[in-house]
Amino acid sequence: MSIAEYQSQKKPKVDNYLTHNRGFLSWALTLDHKRIGLLYMMFVLSAFLLGGTFAVLLRTSLLTPNHWMFPSDPAHDTQAKLFYNNMFSLHGAVMVFMFIIPAIPAILGNFMLPMMLGAKDVAFPRLNLMSFYIYCLGAILFTWILMGGILRTAFNIHLPFGFGLDTGWTFYTPFSTSKAEDGMVAGVLGAFILGFSSILTGVNFIASIHTLRPRGMTWFRMPLFLWALYATSIIQVLATPVLAITLLLLIAERLLHVGIFDSSLGGDPVLFQHFFWFYSHPAVYIMILPGMGVISEVISVHSRKHIFGYNFIALSSVALALLGFLVWGHHLFVAGQSNLVDSIFSLLTFSVAIPSAVKVFNWLGTLYRGSIRFTPAMLFAMGFILLFTIGGLTGLFLGALATDVPLHDTYFVIAHFHYVMVGSMVFAFLAGMYHWFPKMFGKMCNPAWGRFAAILLFIGFNTTFFPQFVMGAHGSPRRWATYPVEFQPYHVISTIGSYIMAISLITVALNWLAGLLWGKKAPANPWGGNSLEWHCPSPPPYDNFPTPPVVDDPYNLAAWEYDASIEGWVPRKSQPAAATGPAANRTRPVTH
Amino acid sequence: MSTASTEVSAHSHAHGPGHHDPHLAHHFDTPEQQFTSAKLGMWIFLGTEILMFGGLFCAYSIYRHNHPLVFKFAAEAYLSTKWGAINTVILITSSLTMAWGVRAAQLNQKKLLISCLVMTLMGAAGFLGVKTIEYSAKWDEHVWVGSWNKYNGDNDASYATPPPAQPTTQPAIQIPVPAYSPTAIADDANTGLDVSQIKPRYAYSFNQSIQLAPPKRASDAKPTDEEQRDERYRQLSASDQWRVNTFFSCYFLMTGLHGIHVIVGMGLISWILMRTLRNDFSSEYFTPVDLVGLYWHLVDLIWIFLFPLLYLIH
Repeated sequence: MSIAEYQSQKKPKVDNYLTHNRGFLSWALTLDHKRIGLLYMMFVLSAFLLGGTFAVLLRTSLLTPNHWMFPSDPAHDTQAKLFYNNMFSLHGAVMVFMFIIPAIPAILGNFMLPMMLGAKDVAFPRLNLMSFYIYCLGAILFTWILMGGILRTAFNIHLPFGFGLDTGWTFYTPFSTSKAEDGMVAGVLGAFILGFSSILTGVNFIASIHTLRPRGMTWFRMPLFLWALYATSIIQVLATPVLAITLLLLIAERLLHVGIFDSSLGGDPVLFQHFFWFYSHPAVYIMILPGMGVISEVISVHSRKHIFGYNFIALSSVALALLGFLVWGHHLFVAGQSNLVDSIFSLLTFSVAIPSAVKVFNWLGTLYRGSIRFTPAMLFAMGFILLFTIGGLTGLFLGALATDVPLHDTYFVIAHFHYVMVGSMVFAFLAGMYHWFPKMFGKMCNPAWGRFAAILLFIGFNTTFFPQFVMGAHGSPRRWATYPVEFQPYHVISTIGSYIMAISLITVALNWLAGLLWGKKAPANPWGGNSLEWHCPSPPPYDNFPTPPVVDDPYNLAAWEYDASIEGWVPRKSQPAAATGPAANRTRPVTH
Repeated sequence: MSTASTEVSAHSHAHGPGHHDPHLAHHFDTPEQQFTSAKLGMWIFLGTEILMFGGLFCAYSIYRHNHPLVFKFAAEAYLSTKWGAINTVILITSSLTMAWGVRAAQLNQKKLLISCLVMTLMGAAGFLGVKTIEYSAKWDEHVWVGSWNKYNGDNDASYATPPPAQPTTQPAIQIPVPAYSPTAIADDANTGLDVSQIKPRYAYSFNQSIQLAPPKRASDAKPTDEEQRDERYRQLSASDQWRVNTFFSCYFLMTGLHGIHVIVGMGLISWILMRTLRNDFSSEYFTPVDLVGLYWHLVDLIWIFLFPLLYLIH
């Protein structure tokens, strides 16, 4: 049997992007946006696992006021504190730079953006692959610190710049330029490199959305996920270069002592805080905006209702992106800014609440009298709305000067941040994964386990972080390896919550794995969405669309009807006259 | 919102191998669309470059605003306006040849394109050559970046100017530098923070004084440049004196980052030159030439800001 015969025999009947070509190089050198999305998925989810492990270790060490994981003699005291500092720094840095920022844009965005545009790929496929490899390079540097820590602790082998990241993910000077462990250099360089990956993805998305929109898809007929990705990309492109130069200056300060940030050499440590937050405050919108885009898609499709207030949701994304640049000073309320500047930043911070609230009310308006399906994606999305509301409202406490001063650097800030980042962004990411999983892999996940995981994660999350609001309001400072004994009950509850979260996330992972291996074959449109990605088979073919898709209002859900024989949705054959109004979008198909 | 549907006729999904532009990627419909995308992407990238330099310009502005005399002293004493001006002329000329090259590519003038690219490369090399001369002079004068700068409170003693051998018994002037001792801060028993463990170089570095030539003696007929410079240094206030190194940090970081961009630009121009020799470009397809041209103009533009900000301080 010749090789060609053998290959033709092995070649599956269905040609899709997963089976189009085989072998390691067909993945490692792929220019296909879908495969690059999956490559990102493997690495970003590994980073999530790593960051999560650090978080669990961190919470476990906080079970008692005096780090019970180490012997209680003074010799081990420093070691215990160093361990704690490394755990929270690596947790923060890995989660922020390697998971939260790339998660939705690089995985779901890469996969879905060209498909939602009805295009074959992003504008610059080679740049897309390059940005993935730049991400890997940054990831190697963080792995270097981890390996350095393990090698030095276990075998006393010293890697250059390989031991210890104990500055927190913010790398504040002058601590980072003088006293911090050497691993800080590798960490800062890693964050610098990961920033370039983020910039290149942003450039690619902006160019794609500008030039690859098909005829008929005007700006205001784009799916809201694309609006969110567009706003995100603007921030990535405008803010990340400032982080790049800041981190470069920080490395120069540490290695060459240039005296820009180091006060002992005439530099200004507060300048570092300004530079850092000029990036990192917009960066929290890099983290949350794509999640909001996912929620806009999921809420509409799974409540069988046209999105409410499309224009407001679309423009509030852009408003958040722009306002996000004007509020960085609220991180410096206790760093010695003038009262006038404090007041201006406080006022601007409050203005962020407006577009955020516009979004929340529009999602609620979409849910109102919708035909809600409690799919896993929908449960995660509902969790998002609730937790984002709590996270957003507690942000107002911190934006107000009088309350921020006592709450600054307490567990209250930690709780607020995690309500927005985990409670919102991770919930949105999981909602998006459950929503698009059938499209990405052509397989269905078991919905019962998905629902179980969603509810358990919601419980675990609140158990972990709600006590931290209380603790913070009582004045417990963050980033301390030890704490006064009266805070122990809160810490114990919080730690138990983190275990519940770990269990629910493991459930999600097993649910996906089971879906991949034994899941039912997914129909082209399992949820009845109308954005263009649902118009092509699941999983998509190599070129995405066998026939050119028809550009339509992405939320015209009445164009589909449920077909029980394939357990999916098919284009409605005869559109009833009444089905053009908004009322028709609410009608529930009789078969489901 | 209208539910009217529109056929996506623009996306022609049939692309046979025969009638296909070899430069047109499969996900674009027309060469124009591809060119617009590439150009938009490049402009956005150039925007990120400007923002990256923006951080340095911001730091420069703050320190110059806070210490105007430091910047005036250091720029006048150590930077050569002559070399800076020559470099400005070189870069502007290379920008001209680059723009000319792009036009040559559009008009299918291969020989002209090659000579323009070679001239641009020579301009870039000339720029770096002049920069090497300038950097070497700084090295010789011990005013390099960070710890290799004699004004840096943290400098490595081996790079500091050795005390000049003086025939007289007059000692070298000791410039008092504000002393700062972290050990003066009491240890906080509650936090267990032991401030005395902070890396020791910060505890003693300020007490090291900067070695200067002694003041001009009456017997000397004419003060040397070095003596004049030291005299002006003495006239700075004490808080300014120990911040002179900040100017050099700004200078080396800004020109250094710019220099890296020049080197990257030389690589890109060489790549374009190779592709031109391979007959890759024509009036139909010249996108890479255009994009590298844009990049090179940005490199030039940044220098046009750097030159007056660093060299022409009055």
